[in-house]
Amino acid sequence: MSAEFPTALWLIGGAVVIPLIPGWRIRKAWALLLPLLALWQLVSLPTGSFAEFELLGQTLVLMRVDRLSLMFGYVFMIAAALNAVYAMHQNDTVQHVAALVYAASALGAVFAGDLLTLFVFWELTAVSSVFLIWARRSRHSYRAGMRYVLVHLISGMLLLAGAALYLNSGGSLAFNHFTLDHPGAWLLLLAFGIKAGFPLLHNWLQDAYPEATVTGTVVLSAFTTKLGIYALARGFAGTELLIVVGTVMAAFPIFYAVIENDLRRVLAYSVNNQLGFMVVGVGIGTDLALNGAVAHAFADILFKALLFMSMGAVLLRTGTVKGNELGGLYKSMPWTTGFCIVGAASISAFPLFSGFVTKSMIMSSAAIEGHSLVWLVLLFASAGVFHHAGIKIPYFAFFAHDSGIRCKEAPMNMLIAMAIAAAFCIGIGVFPDLFYSVLPYHAEYHPYTASHTLSQMQLLVFSALAFAVLMRTGIYPPELPSVNLDFDWFYRRLGPGIANSAINFLADLRIAVSAKATGALTRISRRIYRHHGPQGVLARTWPTGSMVIWVAILLASYLILYYI
Amino acid sequence: MSEHDIANEKPRWLDKSANVRKLYFAVWALGIVLLALDLVIHRHPETRFDGWFGFYCFFGFVACVTLVITAKGLRRILMRPEDYYER
Repeated sequence: MSAEFPTALWLIGGAVVIPLIPGWRIRKAWALLLPLLALWQLVSLPTGSFAEFELLGQTLVLMRVDRLSLMFGYVFMIAAALNAVYAMHQNDTVQHVAALVYAASALGAVFAGDLLTLFVFWELTAVSSVFLIWARRSRHSYRAGMRYVLVHLISGMLLLAGAALYLNSGGSLAFNHFTLDHPGAWLLLLAFGIKAGFPLLHNWLQDAYPEATVTGTVVLSAFTTKLGIYALARGFAGTELLIVVGTVMAAFPIFYAVIENDLRRVLAYSVNNQLGFMVVGVGIGTDLALNGAVAHAFADILFKALLFMSMGAVLLRTGTVKGNELGGLYKSMPWTTGFCIVGAASISAFPLFSGFVTKSMIMSSAAIEGHSLVWLVLLFASAGVFHHAGIKIPYFAFFAHDSGIRCKEAPMNMLIAMAIAAAFCIGIGVFPDLFYSVLPYHAEYHPYTASHTLSQMQLLVFSALAFAVLMRTGIYPPELPSVNLDFDWFYRRLGPGIANSAINFLADLRIAVSAKATGALTRISRRIYRHHGPQGVLARTWPTGSMVIWVAILLASYLILYYI
Repeated sequence: MSEHDIANEKPRWLDKSANVRKLYFAVWALGIVLLALDLVIHRHPETRFDGWFGFYCFFGFVACVTLVITAKGLRRILMRPEDYYER
């Protein structure tokens, strides 16, 4: 297929005809075939700009193909294919269509060479993905979906406003590197930052992802946030501010993850934590750091999908993913347990797993560029991610105390999807050179030195020991059914609270004012009534006699005046 | 599966607390071996800290304990009942 035929467009076309296909078997096969075909097209693409259009004096580029966009394109399509396999047991047309349109629009955004095309696909990712949350068909998910889509539409508006500012100051719509001395760049950074989950702009993620369906959360975890990382890598590589932002991002969610009870929400916090590493990589902006950010995004999509898949399987079979209700599931779901542990080892960056060969590029760049403090915080975040995603997730779901739940193993299609994802995680970890050869920039890196491998093993084993000691001494906080306040409190509690008080105040004011006004009006009307009413002085009928007297007085006074 | 079936299950290796203890001490043993390897393996420090003996061991342990204790403390400020936003 030629590059003049934008992948995203035919993929969306292929997705929307799914409901017309008769029979579930063919539909599901079609849903799997589409991303594989797209992947095949991407692999055979030459680099360059294709599918260009002129619009109002601007060039729109629908297919900007280079090593950076290709890398994200590949992994997006691998994820979409995995999602199709994982969702194969399910007969829900809405979710099959939404998942594919969502993946296709994320792909379209990655290959967009201008801000207008980017904006269109940016909005489409939001609008299509929200159906994966609503598909749970509960009041809870409806409201979470509403909040989710609002935040993302705001991000789209900021993107459009930023683009308009560039256009207005005589610039072009081209989506290349931006510098922060232009006001438009700040709006773009904010728009990208919402998608990438910058601190304080992050909460849509933990709010919405755990409310989506079993398969929906897996799909959601792959695209939106990584699209944000891609946009930052394209537009803001080497922006120093991002180093600080990323460092904060990597550190603070782990505190929440430790005390969170909903295990899919724990994973949502760890999404944020991993994005922090990538944002730091983008901020450092050297070839090695950018390679690290891109590689880590690639690896993260796969191991995070794997972790969400295993928790999805638990939710499907037991009806819950609350830490306090689970435990001992390794007896019922041994395969799911095994795959979850592979995902956990990958995110924790155990040697021979994907996270080890990707995250260390970012860590090394931070050290090489002399950001010692950043390096220390990232090391803390690395220990922390092992603690909450590497140990807590498998431990509370599959081990800990036996909850007495006995259920069936996950459906075969889910196990196959998890197996493929696990194979990718191990493959990347075992053959890093093969993986490095497709990275966008040229930077030599060797993860498997004796020194580095030992350091990582020491860090992880002693983190595990800390967990074990805290568990055995009873210091470790128990899993409790609860919600923890995060930034969403401001728009779910404080904002509506202020709005409610304002409305109440205005209502009281209206009542008080109208009471005063009514009182005054009543008094006036009473006074008028007194003078003009039936008994009023001015309404009395006057006797003819008094009239004659008055005439006589007038005539008499006239006579007197005449003679004077 | 009913309660009766669970009671009749064959106990697994991990169900015995003695085995969990064995596992616990095995991890400690592994940790001590890794710490000892610091004396043997030649380091290429990337920062001024990570050349110190046992740096990663110490850091990993202290970081996790600090993390958990701080997070536990944060519960006092942040934790609300599960239906907090529905009320």
